[in-house]
Amino acid sequence: MSYIHIKRPKFSILDKIYVVELVKGLALTFKHLALSVCHKSRGRDDFNSHGIGVCMEFPETRWDERLPEYYRGAPTLVHGEDGRERCVSCQLCEFICPARAIRVVPGAVSPDSTCQKQEKAPAEFEIDMLRCIYCGMCQEVCPEQAIFLSKEYLITPTDRSQAVRNKETLYRLGGTRKGLVNKWNEHK
Amino acid sequence: METIIKWWDELMSNEIWFYSLTTVAKLVLMFAVILAFVVISVWIERRVAGWIQDRPGPNRAGLPLFLLKRFGSKQQQPLKSWLQFFGVPETCWIAKLCKWLRFDREIPLLGLIQPCLDGGKLFLKQETTPDYVRRLYFIAAPMLVLGPPLVAAAVVPFSSHVDTCYGAIQMCVANLNIGPLWIFAISGLSVYGLTLAGWSSNSKFPFIGGLRATAQLISYEVAMGLAIIPLLMIFGTLNLQDIVQYQADNGWTLLPVWGEGLGIERWLLMLPLLISFVVFVTCVFAEANRTPFDMAECETDLVGGYHTEYSSMKFASFFMGEYAAMVIGSAVVVTLFLGGWSVGFGADAALAAYCDWLAVLCQFIAFLVKLLAFIFFFVWVRWTLPRFRWDQVMKLGWLVFLEVTVANIFLTAAILYFVK
Repeated sequence: MSYIHIKRPKFSILDKIYVVELVKGLALTFKHLALSVCHKSRGRDDFNSHGIGVCMEFPETRWDERLPEYYRGAPTLVHGEDGRERCVSCQLCEFICPARAIRVVPGAVSPDSTCQKQEKAPAEFEIDMLRCIYCGMCQEVCPEQAIFLSKEYLITPTDRSQAVRNKETLYRLGGTRKGLVNKWNEHK
Repeated sequence: METIIKWWDELMSNEIWFYSLTTVAKLVLMFAVILAFVVISVWIERRVAGWIQDRPGPNRAGLPLFLLKRFGSKQQQPLKSWLQFFGVPETCWIAKLCKWLRFDREIPLLGLIQPCLDGGKLFLKQETTPDYVRRLYFIAAPMLVLGPPLVAAAVVPFSSHVDTCYGAIQMCVANLNIGPLWIFAISGLSVYGLTLAGWSSNSKFPFIGGLRATAQLISYEVAMGLAIIPLLMIFGTLNLQDIVQYQADNGWTLLPVWGEGLGIERWLLMLPLLISFVVFVTCVFAEANRTPFDMAECETDLVGGYHTEYSSMKFASFFMGEYAAMVIGSAVVVTLFLGGWSVGFGADAALAAYCDWLAVLCQFIAFLVKLLAFIFFFVWVRWTLPRFRWDQVMKLGWLVFLEVTVANIFLTAAILYFVK
């Protein structure tokens, strides 16, 4: 085993007396304090804050437009642009879900659907938002690009049963996605 | 009416009754001031911490307007109802100002209600006492921490004296001739609270915290006592009221720019006094267990330190004790170095010549302002400096401050002896 000699910085007398560094530190913190008090904290515009610090003060100012592209919010189900519900009820998301938040009951494809090629469609699709950990594995595993994480982050049910989202809610929140999944087209 | 006035006259003419009644009045005032300052300093701590860290701090807690049912619930926006009630259009600058001040939901009062809510929360918390503690000492410890600072405040003068027709009233609870010694002696007692808390908790982290508190308080008591000896050599008295009177006449200890006796000697004495000031303030930080010297409760090594096992109001007592110690420490520093109640620049004598009671009021306000400023300094330092390591704290106390203060005493003596 070899010894590694860590080079300690050499302190000058001024550093050892500590008073000068102390005053420098106090000046730095006071600068932040003064800017905050004057509502002029640096970077306040990025968060649309009141200027007392750079905090986004939640109910008044919100993340909505500033959410990054990769933000993972509540999972939702989507329709394709041809109006077909994309989910084929393969239950991969149910199996991959580490929190076991998803429950799928497979059923038959409804007779009025535009595409009858796939064998199944979800009869029921429930996501328990109290269990969901927003990991995005369902989106990753889905072979049909049917489940996506939205940017919704304000999930405030008033009781446990409200936290479980059913199929209608999920489709309503998901909306329609662009980009054809050609798997079930007549071209294939 | 006549009889009441006569009875009052007779009562106050009796020296003992006069003394007792005025003392009780002063006692209540001092107690109220300290407890109010404990609350306010918690608020200052949280707000200033926020500002320094680029956050707003607790600015929400206020008087909620939805309590006024007349003007609608929280959802219905009381501000709109108010404005409609007075016939102010919403685009008017008054409406905008109200919105900017957040009056549309409540009157925030800068979040000053927050400490009351904190107190209420702590009061309603579940009180758990572990089975394995030494119950008597466990209960006694928080009282022993909160008590001494309040008792030590007795000798701190908050104003000069008033001459009434029944006799003079000195504006400090006890006008003792041993002022600083009393404060050191009493505030030294609070170490018992910390030690007992650490020991009676019967668990290892509080125990180490209690030991650290003991060692630290005792070490810094030495330097603290030695640091003010140069001052006492200059003032020639231990009576705090006289010390402040001297500063009002001759300029504050750290600001000798008015009064008689200004000369080369005073300016030369600034050097030892400045050293005294730095050492004393550092020791006050250590005594009050404040960052950068909060070794006794540093979370990184000791969970919560000596109050790990405490909950609810027992914890709150420790919390209040810490802040009370901070307030008293500030009061002592202000009294000894920053002129105490003195308004400064010779204004005290002029005010006293004009009206006694006005002078007392102004001096009281001046004292409170200085106290607030120093409490702000306490908080400012806390959010600037990182915590020292334990061996550094001990080294600073015994190897630096002790030597510096002893040398300082000789320096002061030399200046006083040779420069005349």
